[in-house]
Amino acid sequence: MTDETLPRQLAEIVDDFQDLTEPDRLQLLLDFSRGLPELPARLKEHPELLEQVVECQSPLFLSLEIGEAPERPVHLFFSAPPEAPTTRGFAGVLLEGLDGLPAAKILAVPDDVPDRLGLTRAITPLRMRGMTAMLGKIKRKIRESDG
Amino acid sequence: MTIGNDPQEKFAAYAHPERLVSTQWLEQHLGAEGLVVLESDEDVLLYETGHIPGALKIDWHSELNDEVTRDYVDGAGFAALMSAKGISRGTTVVIYGDKSNWWAAYALWVFALFGHEDVRLLDGGRDKWIAENRALTTDRPAVSPADYPVVERNDAPVRAYLGDVLGHFGNPLIDVRSPDEYTGVRTHMPAYPEEGAMRGGHIPTAASVPWGRAAAEDGTFRPREELDAIYRDEAGLRTGDDVVAYCRIGERSSHTWFVLAYLLGFDKVRNYDGSWTEWGNAVRVPIVKGTERGSAPARANAVSGS
Repeated sequence: MTDETLPRQLAEIVDDFQDLTEPDRLQLLLDFSRGLPELPARLKEHPELLEQVVECQSPLFLSLEIGEAPERPVHLFFSAPPEAPTTRGFAGVLLEGLDGLPAAKILAVPDDVPDRLGLTRAITPLRMRGMTAMLGKIKRKIRESDG
Repeated sequence: MTIGNDPQEKFAAYAHPERLVSTQWLEQHLGAEGLVVLESDEDVLLYETGHIPGALKIDWHSELNDEVTRDYVDGAGFAALMSAKGISRGTTVVIYGDKSNWWAAYALWVFALFGHEDVRLLDGGRDKWIAENRALTTDRPAVSPADYPVVERNDAPVRAYLGDVLGHFGNPLIDVRSPDEYTGVRTHMPAYPEEGAMRGGHIPTAASVPWGRAAAEDGTFRPREELDAIYRDEAGLRTGDDVVAYCRIGERSSHTWFVLAYLLGFDKVRNYDGSWTEWGNAVRVPIVKGTERGSAPARANAVSGS
């Protein structure tokens, strides 16, 4: 099932979801939600460095730190309230799937990756758009930083 | 009704006190024969993070909406859903949820389309229950399927369609969206761009009463006299009025519909669930921009399809 075009750490998550039944996929998303780390202090103290992803139903804030060329490794930081577990779960998947990768690899991730988690039926297409928007926002911010 | 009402003094002032229960009442009645508690949230995973013991989840999007058509489930679909949740026609159903019961009221309104008699809201919803440190669990209750008859959905008393609204001018309309949506500054709600519209503004003559004004800080409904001050004194509703409430897709206006129908006792209140995502995209329907209500169009019937 593993797609060659996906970074390995993201492909593994997609496989993990695909191996499960639908209710268990929701449970896995909840695990990602619970596992989303707190923001580091430097971002907590500077909320202006975070940007809201308005396409998400619940407030989600996102920040990127991009390292030196040529690799330009990308580090991601997300913040969403505990009463928004779905949003937190999406953020957790993207964090584990993308964090630390070179900018070019993230830009090459297909936009439809959220649809490959097999959650669309249980979560509905409307809500899945929130995750697609998050990925889009990450890519946009990488492109904006590109000189 | 098989289970008694919550005799709380605050509720007694409402037109239909039997439509509300308090957190305390619910805690005392959990597990009672003939009672099913449902959680209806915006976030599809919130129930899984912890819920009232014994409560079942109901999802407005995947369970109450039709998968293909922009409509609700039909009689057979509703009967199957109720059966799977252990609800029979005589069951007392208490619904609660996040965001001041916004989505709980929406679910309750769908129950009303099928005429389920005894369906109530938990005053203050999920947030109040949690704020009071009442028990939560992640255990999923076991359900024994119940028999629920196939009841044909009866939309007319509580649901208005585009054509009904075009024929409604001269009667009061309540726009429950945010002020920026009402004036037309925004064509979608903050954070909900996928539910946008081609045109911004409001339906001519509609009074702006954002839905959340009916809720107090703790998510409970405001007391009777405060609700009267908002909807009668301020918005101008009078006893005997035929009222239509609308928002963006009909969920926030379900909350207002509940307030007008059950707390204030207006006999004829309909929710226009097509709301702004239909009206703001429809061709040649009248729209007013800005803070003024505007006047009823002379010839609303010029619009086809009504």
